[in-house]
Amino acid sequence: MNITKALFAVVILLFGSNASMAASEEANLYSARKEALIKPLLDQFTRETGIKVNLVTGKADALLKRLQSEGANSPADLLITTDSGRLHRAHSAGLLQQVKSEKLNTVVPPHLRNPEGYWFGLSVRARPIFYAKDRVKPEELSTYEALTDKKWKGRICIRSSNNIYNQSLVASMIAHNGAEATQQWADAFVGNFARPPKGGDRDQIKAAAAGQCDIAIANTYYYGGMLISGDDAQIKAANSVAIFWPNQDGRGTHVNVSGVGVTKAATNRENAIKLIEFLVSPESQLWYAEANNEYPVVEGAGTSEILKSWGDFKPDNLSLARLGELNADAVRLMDRAGWR
Amino acid sequence: MPTLSIPSNLYWFPRSLINLWNLGIIGIAFLMALPVLVIASFVFLPASENWQHLVDNLLAEYVSNSLLLMVGVSVGVLSIGVITAWLTSMCEFPGRRWLTWALLLPLAIPAYIIAYTYTGLLDFEGPVQGAMRAWFDWSYGDYWFPEVRSLGGAMVMLSLVLYPYVYMLTRAAFLEQSICVLEVSRTLGNTPFRSFTRVALPLARPAIVTGLSLALMETLADYGTVQYFGVSTFTTGIFRTWFGLGDSATAAQLSATLLGFVFLLVIMERWSRKRARFHHTSNRYSEIRRYQLHGKRAWLAFIACLSPVLFGFIIPAGQLLYWAINTATETINWSFALLAWNSVMLAGISAVVAVLLALLLAYGKRLQGNLLSNTGVRIASMGYAVPGTVIAVGVLLPFAWLDNSIDAWMREQFNISTGLLLSGTLFALVFAYTVRFLSVSIQAIESGLGKIKFSMDDAGRSLGLSPTGVLARIHLPLMKGTVVTALLLVFVDVLKELPATLILRPFNFNTLAVRAYEMASDERLADAGAPALMIVAAGIIPVIMLSRIISRSRAGGVQE
Repeated sequence: MNITKALFAVVILLFGSNASMAASEEANLYSARKEALIKPLLDQFTRETGIKVNLVTGKADALLKRLQSEGANSPADLLITTDSGRLHRAHSAGLLQQVKSEKLNTVVPPHLRNPEGYWFGLSVRARPIFYAKDRVKPEELSTYEALTDKKWKGRICIRSSNNIYNQSLVASMIAHNGAEATQQWADAFVGNFARPPKGGDRDQIKAAAAGQCDIAIANTYYYGGMLISGDDAQIKAANSVAIFWPNQDGRGTHVNVSGVGVTKAATNRENAIKLIEFLVSPESQLWYAEANNEYPVVEGAGTSEILKSWGDFKPDNLSLARLGELNADAVRLMDRAGWR
Repeated sequence: MPTLSIPSNLYWFPRSLINLWNLGIIGIAFLMALPVLVIASFVFLPASENWQHLVDNLLAEYVSNSLLLMVGVSVGVLSIGVITAWLTSMCEFPGRRWLTWALLLPLAIPAYIIAYTYTGLLDFEGPVQGAMRAWFDWSYGDYWFPEVRSLGGAMVMLSLVLYPYVYMLTRAAFLEQSICVLEVSRTLGNTPFRSFTRVALPLARPAIVTGLSLALMETLADYGTVQYFGVSTFTTGIFRTWFGLGDSATAAQLSATLLGFVFLLVIMERWSRKRARFHHTSNRYSEIRRYQLHGKRAWLAFIACLSPVLFGFIIPAGQLLYWAINTATETINWSFALLAWNSVMLAGISAVVAVLLALLLAYGKRLQGNLLSNTGVRIASMGYAVPGTVIAVGVLLPFAWLDNSIDAWMREQFNISTGLLLSGTLFALVFAYTVRFLSVSIQAIESGLGKIKFSMDDAGRSLGLSPTGVLARIHLPLMKGTVVTALLLVFVDVLKELPATLILRPFNFNTLAVRAYEMASDERLADAGAPALMIVAAGIIPVIMLSRIISRSRAGGVQE
């Protein structure tokens, strides 16, 4: 019997020899950020520290599920997502571990990280209003709430409620205004849509430029991406709209983060923390701005020329953890409003 | 079905059912069904208020959109597929030779990619409408233009890339029909058209329905296109419920409803074959004498066959090429070759595995012919209509459980941690592909086997061959073409597969589909051009081989 067991063990070890071979200087990363938007930073990290970073990219929810099912044996040390809602979900599912880093706690502002250190924001993405310069005067705009006004009937473009950025925006409104007021807002807001929601954020900006609608809601880095796309049509479309920062007299414009957490199963904990600290270093923060037009989480970090040209704005300082908590409520609310 | 004649025995379980073939079928069917069963088992989790929320707000829309999409795609793929198959196999007109293989090309284009390209071209902001506005000095609201991103648009996009299933199988059926039957029909005074509707079409029905059911299952499983077009169907609903609401139980209930649709499809296919066995009725073959078309009719035939190629391949591939050239300096480098190699390797391995399993299942079913084996084969082919993400999660859970159990046992016995053995390996990925695409190979192999008369088996057996010998010495040589067709179909499908690849792949491992998706979902369509074009290019070679095989597969040999 023992011989059988031993043989079985040998077979397993032969079969999985690579799995148990833990290289000394590594960090394993599950990333919902696309390869092109993270790999250059990782390569730089490896050059500076000699720590090799292994990468799997994918959709955040799927990576979360993978992490969850792999359990304590998961090879992943870090999880990067493109919104705080998923980080909250990972934390609620018990997949992340606490990190106590003096450096991280000082450079990342409190509302852009989990208070207990389960996850940290790495870059900020804002979701303002874009208006067609030839048809809308900025004085006509004020807040997200005011977009339910009758004068915007048939003039607003926004993508589907399947999209996490819209879910987060609505979740933030539930947090500030309550569920009932937000439901009323969503009902009226959907009534002002120029067309059934379709396409991505860039498509909304293009539609506003082409005249299908006068106002689009989109994340700023998509707008920046259009400006630097090198494609004449996109640049022309982007130049015919402008940014309006809503809710400046109140809570501020809705923002979200792309962020990171160390997994509970992490075997390379020290390397993982080193990588996070590297990602909030001034050079990395500048890279986010220059490569993808995202705002830094670190106050006073340098930004790109394009970001500077959009001017300063007041961001909503709502704790991002709340967005995750209210996500499901936001989805149901949008369903009821007929926001497809 | 010789085994059924055994006299009744005392055992409750008929002894005839306990044999290697049945056990094999059950074993494979169970493994293949495992991911779907895992997901289906979530149905037994306590129902939440979300189900009621879905019923109140969304379910009617999911059902009606999914049904309408299926109807639209049926009309599309049947009309394009059957007409072009008939024209290219039975008529002669200018360009017929190259159109015969060119008609398969759209198969190489993933549905989500054709959706991206046509949106880029035809959307309000795109070059076509832009040119119209500039030309006529119109602005928004001054003119009517069909909306690409709509239910109708999704029907057209899916029809354009899925009709080759119908075309390919129908054409093979036409070519394999004994020409004598058609000659008899003509001799009896039928026009070519009547011979088509009264003789050839009914004889080809199993092939047509098989092609249609493949196309419809792909339609049901499609996520990329409907999601991009903002059409709410079951698949978008499943994703939204699972990930937006974080409710896997309700998502599984939706998946179970989707599986209901799949069963309807399977029943439809069974029903269409009811009472009829479509064997070759004659073993005499002679060269097809194609009906020569002239003048206007030749032009019509040419246009009918050119249009699907033009809209399903030339235009979208041209757009991809344009994007790829514009971005070549940034996107094409040595790592690009690695992506292509990864894609081709995975697709090759999966194709071989899926076809071997399909041969075992289909032949076992033919040998046994009992309810058990029939059901086993049905169950094993369920995966095709299930969205890749759902299958991937269904693979993830049992594999991780197995790995963690082995790890726990090894720690207990030997104090060695084995970590994850299968999860996050290519093995898991190939397994998922097999689950997803086994149906494709089974359908192809079954329809190939179905055409071989049982008397062949009997003759082989009476001459002393074992059942496996019959498969190897009689069936395989007879259906070489079918086997290669099955291989290539799975190959092309895996090449295009995205969601399961995204979830299950190992560290530092990417494929062309992953790269194309990352760029496209980041709304950098132009940067997606090069990898998407590579998927198409890598898919073209097998598609052309496929076409040559189909032309040659006629037993009488048709000279191309």
